[in-house]
Amino acid sequence: MDELLEILNELHSDVDYGTCETLIDDKILDSFDIITIVTEVNERFDVKIPATELVPENFNSAKALWALIERLDEA
Amino acid sequence: MQIRNVLQYLENTVKRVPGKTAYEDGEGRSLTFAEVYEKSRAAGSFLAREGVYGEPVVIFMEKTPDQVAAFFGTVYGGCYYVPIDEEMPKLRTDLIIGTLKPKIMICDESTAGKAEEFDFDGRIVLWSEISKTPEDEAALTRIRDRQIDTDPIYIVFTSGSTGVPKGVIACHRSVIDYIENLSEVMGFNEDTVFGNQSPFYFDACLKELYPTIKFGAKTVIVPKQLFMFPLKLVEFLNEKKINTVCWVVSALTMISAFGVFDEVKPEYLKTVAFGSEVFPIKQFRIWRQAMPDTVFTNLYGPTEATGMSCWYRVDRDFEEGQSIPIGRPFNNTEIILLDDKDCRADEGEICIRGTAVTLGYYNNPEKTRESFVQNPLNDNYPEIIYRTGDIGRYNERGELEFISRKDYQIKHLGHRIELGEIEANVSTVDGIKSCCAVYYKEKDKICLYYVGDIEKADLSKTLKGMLPRYMLPTVITQLDMMPLTPNGKINRKYLGDKASGKAE
Repeated sequence: MDELLEILNELHSDVDYGTCETLIDDKILDSFDIITIVTEVNERFDVKIPATELVPENFNSAKALWALIERLDEA
Repeated sequence: MQIRNVLQYLENTVKRVPGKTAYEDGEGRSLTFAEVYEKSRAAGSFLAREGVYGEPVVIFMEKTPDQVAAFFGTVYGGCYYVPIDEEMPKLRTDLIIGTLKPKIMICDESTAGKAEEFDFDGRIVLWSEISKTPEDEAALTRIRDRQIDTDPIYIVFTSGSTGVPKGVIACHRSVIDYIENLSEVMGFNEDTVFGNQSPFYFDACLKELYPTIKFGAKTVIVPKQLFMFPLKLVEFLNEKKINTVCWVVSALTMISAFGVFDEVKPEYLKTVAFGSEVFPIKQFRIWRQAMPDTVFTNLYGPTEATGMSCWYRVDRDFEEGQSIPIGRPFNNTEIILLDDKDCRADEGEICIRGTAVTLGYYNNPEKTRESFVQNPLNDNYPEIIYRTGDIGRYNERGELEFISRKDYQIKHLGHRIELGEIEANVSTVDGIKSCCAVYYKEKDKICLYYVGDIEKADLSKTLKGMLPRYMLPTVITQLDMMPLTPNGKINRKYLGDKASGKAE
């Protein structure tokens, strides 16, 4: 989780990722961020986020994103 | 009859298909050709009533069908529109306003509040009000009689290396020339349904907005958020029966890179144009394989030549490592490759000659003189060509290929960026001693190195208020000292290698 927060903090250091659950809905993350996150996550966690998982629900909070990484890691 | 005013496209079409939808977005907002016509004539009548003519009018509105009507309304008033974006940082907007000194800014309810904060002493007017001005036919006719085809219709701002954006100003004749030739090459017609991706504050949206009024076609504004979620994006294309897209490469690779084609395919999509960036061959092959009946066209051109100047219709397979050519110029445009002695060469700077070359940079004679120059091959009469600063060559098939930028201008996620503009802005931040922005091409990252007494996080936060989103560095690194070359300049090559992991 720390490594994920590092990626996110690099993008927006002013966001409280511990509590924010509207990263997409409130337009905090934009398409540039999503591309960066997906690239970094794929690289650092050695997973592959498929198109079907690339949906707003998985990116609205750090928690949801972490759950996605864990889910992909187990698969 | 020869078209000499872009509004004639609209006037011809509205007679034919007044009730047809011209522009719509993802939230159910739409305008028919008749509505576009009426609203834009109303706005033109408003400008006439206020005595505003031959001046820049800033359009600060949400990206909606009404914004397009505001563009045409400005042209009906004999003025030229300057779209600015909601998400543009205040500093940049203020620089643009300082360059233009506009008297009028057209806003909608969602932007009017923000407009109050700008460094702007003109008048803010609401679109919802001015688009209901009673039509003054006599005034609009007087304006039309005065207008000639070299009168400007818009200004769009591009990145400038000194930190000040440059306003490219284009006239009716250039836009008409571009739209006629582009449409012929692409085969647009009345049944074309465009899926618009490009922001309205770039020339790239001309490709959709003008053929729509020329043919009575339709443009669907694709919601920006969908470009993060490729599966939903393709579902939207299908729902709206979109058959034509002219997108930046990164929007297309978003779809192919995530294996979306395994789940769903864009069923109606028959025409794909791309440009502004090199298409990675691996991704391109996924597209071609998934969409064997779709025609793919690579477009190339600078804002200074009204959008696109060259085209190549993909007619063969490419191997990884090869690049897709930019092909050949549109009709009525000539490409001249000039070597460093300004002689015609097989490899050299891409220079453009033709009606599509725009009028120059607004209120910036110095920068205009640097790039809009006398054709060095002609000593006999005045003739302006535009020097792109791009290097090109002819391949063995006689097709034009793009090689690279001459200077530090880069293409990042489809946007043209001067690394110097990023540096100029970073340098103004308190605590910064020196900085250098480099581009890590393989990963499409902008890496900023700096020396100074400011925390990385604070710098990143400050930059968000100064630079547009696409210009923000992807990675910021603080250094104790800047690496220098033997003659004391910042060692860009070393930092470039460092960014790409080739040097420690």
